[in-house]
Amino acid sequence: MFKDFFSALMEGKLIGAKCRECEEITCPPKSTCNRCGSRNLEIVELSGKGKIVSYTVTYVAPLGYDREVPYVVAIVELDEGAWIIGRLDVDAEKADNEDLIGKRVEVYGKEFPTEQFYPDKQRRVVPMFRVVE
Amino acid sequence: MKRDVAVLGVGQTKFGSHPDKTLPELFAEAFFEAFDSSNIELRDIEAIYFGNFVGEITDGAANLGGFIADEIGLSGIPAYRFEGACASSSVAFREAYLAVKHGIYDCVLVGGAEKLHSAGTPIGTRALATALDSAYEVNSGLTFPGVFALIARLYAKTYDIPLDKLREKIAHVSVKNHKYGAMNPKAQFYNKFGNLKVEDVLNSRMICSPLTLFDCCPMTDGASAVIIATADFAEDRVDEPIYVRGTGQASAGSLFRQKWDIVKALPRRKSAEMAYKEAGMTPKDIDVAFIHDCFTIAEVIASEAMGFFEYGKGADAVEEGLTWADGEIPINPDGGLIGKGHPVGATGTAQIYSAVKLLRGELDFVKIDAETAITDTLGGDFGTLVNIILSVHRR
Repeated sequence: MFKDFFSALMEGKLIGAKCRECEEITCPPKSTCNRCGSRNLEIVELSGKGKIVSYTVTYVAPLGYDREVPYVVAIVELDEGAWIIGRLDVDAEKADNEDLIGKRVEVYGKEFPTEQFYPDKQRRVVPMFRVVE
Repeated sequence: MKRDVAVLGVGQTKFGSHPDKTLPELFAEAFFEAFDSSNIELRDIEAIYFGNFVGEITDGAANLGGFIADEIGLSGIPAYRFEGACASSSVAFREAYLAVKHGIYDCVLVGGAEKLHSAGTPIGTRALATALDSAYEVNSGLTFPGVFALIARLYAKTYDIPLDKLREKIAHVSVKNHKYGAMNPKAQFYNKFGNLKVEDVLNSRMICSPLTLFDCCPMTDGASAVIIATADFAEDRVDEPIYVRGTGQASAGSLFRQKWDIVKALPRRKSAEMAYKEAGMTPKDIDVAFIHDCFTIAEVIASEAMGFFEYGKGADAVEEGLTWADGEIPINPDGGLIGKGHPVGATGTAQIYSAVKLLRGELDFVKIDAETAITDTLGGDFGTLVNIILSVHRR
């Protein structure tokens, strides 16, 4: 399941689960609908576009991520309604000096080295957000 | 058959650094203090409910129930380990309470231990991040300061407070909790940072913007223990049983799946309402609160979700002094997680330790006239929430 999401992301596709009962888009997909709990879901390709809800520049990282600091973690609200977490590909300085909340972004996947506790032992894929305005 | 439940003795180690002790050894120290003030026999304890979050990672230690029981001389009785991230020992306490209330046991031991300080910051930060969504949140390098940094920015936007203004307002949480932590002999920062200024918080090292080092609680080693029993049993043995009047617990999934609910900490509202309902109380009946201030902003949103302030007003409240020891609802007069320390699996029962001591008039470094207290413990990014209401009155 979770590997399918990241494989699709590396192929340039953001996938979600559309609920056949209530139309809610759950992204990344999970076993049940994020709104009504239904199992009646179909995997769909999403627009990959959305806007920044919040973000933080991380200066102190966990073991396995320390070589990547400073990095900007963000929550994005997709046009389809779901929220996802990934990284903003902007400088730490820009992120701290400007208010980027509300900016339009596009999502793409980027591969990083995995670490001992990450569930995918081959690679770690991160949803990246490119500011498009 | 439902029985009233009360706390007998409580115990807590000094919080800070204990590299010289194993988790069971550390817990034993807290247990002995609780046991020695409970006026019971060892054989009165029928089961152990033990909270620990990441013993596997910090100490290579799991299956801790049996080792804890054996360390304190109780080998053979049922001993459970509970894990609910930072709420581990509050989950343990609630389960213990329910077992006594519903007649499974008459007298049990609850507590927790954790050794995050000894683990060091990189391993400690990674260990804490295991309480996030392992596939979809940790992959970006999100950390716990990061979670509350995201929430802080969202809070500022939602309530239309300039971010710099919000940073100043929430810095008062750190100033307040460090003031009391510096007075608490069992706190990690005893005699330290008691005169912290707002500027010190704003100018300390940035961890995850906009949160600085002083917006965060520390990494801590420590243990705590509480002995609970039926109210009748407790009244026969101690002068001042503290009654458990209500408990609540709620859950949620990944941070991003909760969407706007994260600003309002809705699982916490659910948990607090469950506790108030069982106690037959409202937030107005609470005299003092021990709230999960893992970060400055965390205390603010918790104070709103628990019903002490309207949504969006919690940051003003701390700035105006309403949550200080002489305010209308004192919050964390023991220093909280920020001033006292946060040995994750021990934190919930350490809040109970402070609440019980305060209600008995034994928390001698701070004077608050209180008959009823609430605790609030948060595990993960709202994944596990527990609230416990304690009172000097049985009914």
